Formats: sequence, C-alpha cells, structure tokens
Amino acid sequence: MAFLKRSPWILHYDASSCNGCDIEVLACLTPLYDVERFGIINTGNPKHADVFLITGGINEQNREVVKNIYEQMPEPKVVVAIGVCAASGGIFRECYNIVGGVDKVIPVDVYVPGCAARPEMIIDGVVTALGILEEKREKMAGAAQTKESARRAAGEST
Amino acid sequence: MPERIVVPFGPQHPVLPEPIHLDLVLEDEKVVDVIPSIGYIHRGLEQLVQKREFTEYVYVAERICGICSFMHALCYCQGVEHIMGIEVPDRAKYLRTIWSECSRLHSHLLWLGLFADGMGFENLFMRSWQLRESVLDVLEDTTGGRVIQGTCKVGGVRRDIEKGKLDEMHRALDPFEEKCREIGDVFLNDDTVKYRLQGLSVLSKDEAYALGAVGPTARASGVPMDHRETGYAAYGDLGFKPVVETAGDCYARCAVRVKEVYASIDLIRRAIEQIPEGPLDVKVKGTPDGEYFSRVEQPRGEVIHYLRGDGTKHLARARIRTPTLANIPPLVKMLPGAQLADVPVVVLSIDPCISCTER
Amino acid sequence: MTVNEEQTTISVALEDLTREVEALHAGGYRLVQIGCTDIGGAYEINYSFDKDYQYRNLRLTVGPDIEVPSISGIYWGAFVYENEMHDLFGIPVTGINIDFKGTFIRTAQKYPFSVTRRGGDPCRNA
Repeated sequence: MAFLKRSPWILHYDASSCNGCDIEVLACLTPLYDVERFGIINTGNPKHADVFLITGGINEQNREVVKNIYEQMPEPKVVVAIGVCAASGGIFRECYNIVGGVDKVIPVDVYVPGCAARPEMIIDGVVTALGILEEKREKMAGAAQTKESARRAAGEST
Repeated sequence: MPERIVVPFGPQHPVLPEPIHLDLVLEDEKVVDVIPSIGYIHRGLEQLVQKREFTEYVYVAERICGICSFMHALCYCQGVEHIMGIEVPDRAKYLRTIWSECSRLHSHLLWLGLFADGMGFENLFMRSWQLRESVLDVLEDTTGGRVIQGTCKVGGVRRDIEKGKLDEMHRALDPFEEKCREIGDVFLNDDTVKYRLQGLSVLSKDEAYALGAVGPTARASGVPMDHRETGYAAYGDLGFKPVVETAGDCYARCAVRVKEVYASIDLIRRAIEQIPEGPLDVKVKGTPDGEYFSRVEQPRGEVIHYLRGDGTKHLARARIRTPTLANIPPLVKMLPGAQLADVPVVVLSIDPCISCTER
Repeated sequence: MTVNEEQTTISVALEDLTREVEALHAGGYRLVQIGCTDIGGAYEINYSFDKDYQYRNLRLTVGPDIEVPSISGIYWGAFVYENEMHDLFGIPVTGINIDFKGTFIRTAQKYPFSVTRRGGDPCRNA
C-alpha cells in the first residue's frame, strides 16, 4: 500500500472547533490507534507537512492564518477537513462570526464527517487523502517530465 | 541593559493543540512581559440562544468545549432547572456525578499527557493517553459518545447505566487506579520532572486570589476553592474535600491534578456504591422566566453560565464565563521571569482550553 | 461539609460603581466575571464577586455609548472582561490597564451584541 511505503507528515490546525475533533486527532497518535506505525508523524512546521488536517469552521480572525499555513506547505499537498464544522460550519453555522466550512478559504480534498469525528474515521480520511496525494505527486512528476523532455527536444534542435 | 525583543508565540505552534497568541517581550532568553491575544476560535455561540429552543441549546452548550462537554451541559441544565424550579430525581443526579467525574478523569489524563509532552517526556505522554482511552471506552459504552456525550438534558438524564454495567465499572476501578498511581508516581516523584517544574513560575496565594484564578491553578497556590463543595448534583451526599497544594509552582499545579485523578476515582467508586433506584427525568413544563448564575466545577475550574429567560421558549441571554478566561490574568503574571524554553510548560500549566475561552 | 451558595444582586449607579467595587475588594471578595446583557436599548452590566461561595452581584444599567470606568485599577485581572465588553457590545470603557483597543476579540461585524447595531440577522449562513 502506498501509505506504508511513504511517510507522510501531518500538520494539524484548529480553526474554530470545540476541541472534540482536535483531541481525537491527537488520540490517533497515541498507543491505541497509533498512526505512527504507518510512518505518519505529526509536525508543527507547515514546511515539513504533506497532509493538512483541519478541524472546525473558519472564522474572521483565522482565515488569514489558515491561508497562510496552506500556502507555506510544499506541493504536492492534501487537505483533510475533519468533523462537520470543517465541512459546513456544523452546529455553529448560524453563529455571527463563522464564515462556513474550510472550503470557503482553501481547497479541501477529503471531508471526514462526524461530531466529533472518531479516530477510526480520521485515520480512514488520512489514508484516502494519501491516495490523492500520490495522484497529485504523479501528476506533478508527469508534468515535470514533459517539461524536461520538451526542454531536451528544444536543446537538441539548436 | 540587554536589548528587548518581541517574539510572537502562536497561534499555530507545535506544542499548542489550540491557537492562542502571545507576544513575549524578551531580554535575551528571559521573558519580561507578555501580551495575550485571543479570538482565533471565537464563534459567537452565545447568540445562538436566540435561535435554538432552551431545551435544544444543551447540544450547543456541550460543544462549547469538547473536553469538558458533559459539564457544560450540566451547568446549563442546572441553571435552567433552577430558573424553572425543577427538582431532578436522585438517580439522575448520581448519574450526572458519575459522568462528570469520568469527564474530569479523561480531561486530567489528557492534560497530564500534554504536559509531559511539553516537558519532552514522550513516554509519559503516551502512557497517560493510553490510560485515558479506557475512560473513553467507559464513556462510549455508557453514553454512546467518546468526547461529546449528549446524555444530559433539562430535567434529568437521557440514559441509564444498568446495574451489571455499574458493577463492571466498579470492578474496573481498582486496576485502573493502580495504573494511574503508577504514572502519578512518575509525575510526583521523578527527579527530572521535579527539576524541570519545581520553583517554575510561582504564583502566591494572595496573587492567585486577587487575580481571580480558578480551579487547579488557584488550588495549587493554596486557595481552597472548589465548587463541588456547594454540593450540586450528588456531591452533597458523597462528601467532598478539595485537593490543595501550597507551593504555587508548575509542580504544584501538576500535583493537584494528579491527586484529583485519585479523588475522582474515589468519587466514582462511592457514587456507584450509593446510587439509588428511581426515575431518570421529570417532565419539563412551561418555559424559563427569570435569571440565574449557574456555577459548576470543571476540570479547569469554575465555569459560569448566566442564563436569563423571558418566558418564551428561547432564552434572552446566555453569558458563559469559562475557567481559562479567568486564568489568563494569572498566566500573564506568571510568565515574566521564565526562560523562553519554559514558556510552553508554563502556558500548559494553567490547562488552557481556548475553545471554551473564546466561545 | 456542604456550603450553601447564595446569590445576591444589588443595583448600583454609575458614579457609585468604583466605590462599591473598592468596598468589596476591601472585604476580601474576588472578581468572578463581568458580563453584559442587552435589555432592549440599554445594557445591564453584571459585576460578579465571590467570597466563600457567597455570590455578590453589582448591577449597573447604562444606555448606549455611555462611558463606563474601568475597575482594572482595583482588580488587575478585570481587563479580559472589559476588553470583551468593548469588543462584543461596543461599550466604551475608560482607563483599562491593558487596553487592546478593539483587537481582543475580532469579529466579522463590529460589536455583534450592540443594541444600536444596524442590519438584521448577522448570520451569513442562514
């Protein structure tokens, strides 16, 4: 399986969740669920991360923060929105300070439902995201190869 | 005189599971001043009372914070029940107490783990969270939810715990306590832990009281203040004495929580032994008209739900003051004097829950 | 040893606020919270204090845009509640020890709880 071969590093940010999903994300890292056995490491540095796990809906003050973190992550990258708040705003949808789901600010690849999302579902979401990550990587590699051969072809003709 | 520099800390930071931002004013490595800034999780859920009926708002109250979710629901329900003059059946009170203490156990074990991680004690972090999973299993088994329980409602509780299940829980307490004491022993007696924590960011008793500290932060400085002493739910029957330490440093704040884990296990044990038979809820008639400041002791300290009803099915106002908001001024006074490398540990020592704080 | 909790509420006038708070401070009360309520065109501000679980509440009623003096000179920690009061309700508080000047809690719409706020439902997802 792709995720066993690779070692994806994840970055977690709490947009404006109630903490329920956050502690479940952390629970994934601890002995019972232990995602580190798949080589998944939780990092605090966006420049080291491949998978962006985000919980909670977007509010006025953190939309810039979320955008900033996303832009700092190197390509290819995938975003996993965890919990119903990250998908649509959830129970807080009608609050005056909530803009909505994460996809209002950055593109989301995988939505994990639930309030709070269970660790098993989070792991499943990350594994799905890794498939998408692999596709993106291949696409990038393909594009780079096309560019490279075009460059060579141009170089040979001159 | 060394030059002063301002270092921004957060909102996205490796040791913080939640976003809080601090501007640290440093002289070399020493913190001399701190300016907190919050608002990264502000949702505005107090205003939702005008959109949800008072019986439905329990679900929103639970989601103020995913860690102390049951106690937020309890505080809200007790407030509404007080306004409406509802007397909750005894069995419901005991069940509320059992679930509250289970929440406290999982919250404290979670905090102990994060704190160990903050100190760089990875192994202890994993051990604490492993133990926490067994509490979550009990919560899931009895309520259906791991972190959001949804069992508290205005007028009582939604589910019962059967006798067989209660006996099973009771039997599991002894081995569980033994394991807790094993890791508690490391927190209390390990030399490296003591070296790291003792004497760090001392808050005196007078300072803690004057700054309005609540919960373990206040009790670690010798302020014997625990709202469970007022005997809400079944605490009045069970008898309760707050855990108090006097040193006021990070070690004392850790020790209070370790000892509260033992106290919670004891409370659950006695609650299971004494729980009476009877109905789970009473029928709720009418709408709340009046106001009340409902107070409950959460893992992080005293929480207040100010509720005001105007006789309609929507409350006119809910104002929620959570323990972390009250603990921010003590934190601001605690940090100066600490080394930059100790900042994560000191911040964690008040057990910040930012979701609560900002609502 | 169950302690009975009691709650008392006293109304205070704006000019007496500082004096009353000082008296409670001298009496050994701690500040529990400051919270506002919209009572149709005016604000009700509750200053809550506690000593040995006895709850004392000072209630101040002010109209919109009336300046309220800060009590952060008496209770240092009051700044969190007073900044919140300013940011969410738009009540001008004078003389806060740490004045964030409206940046403590940043909201999409200024002063979401203000009684003079114009416009309908502030929710954007209704």
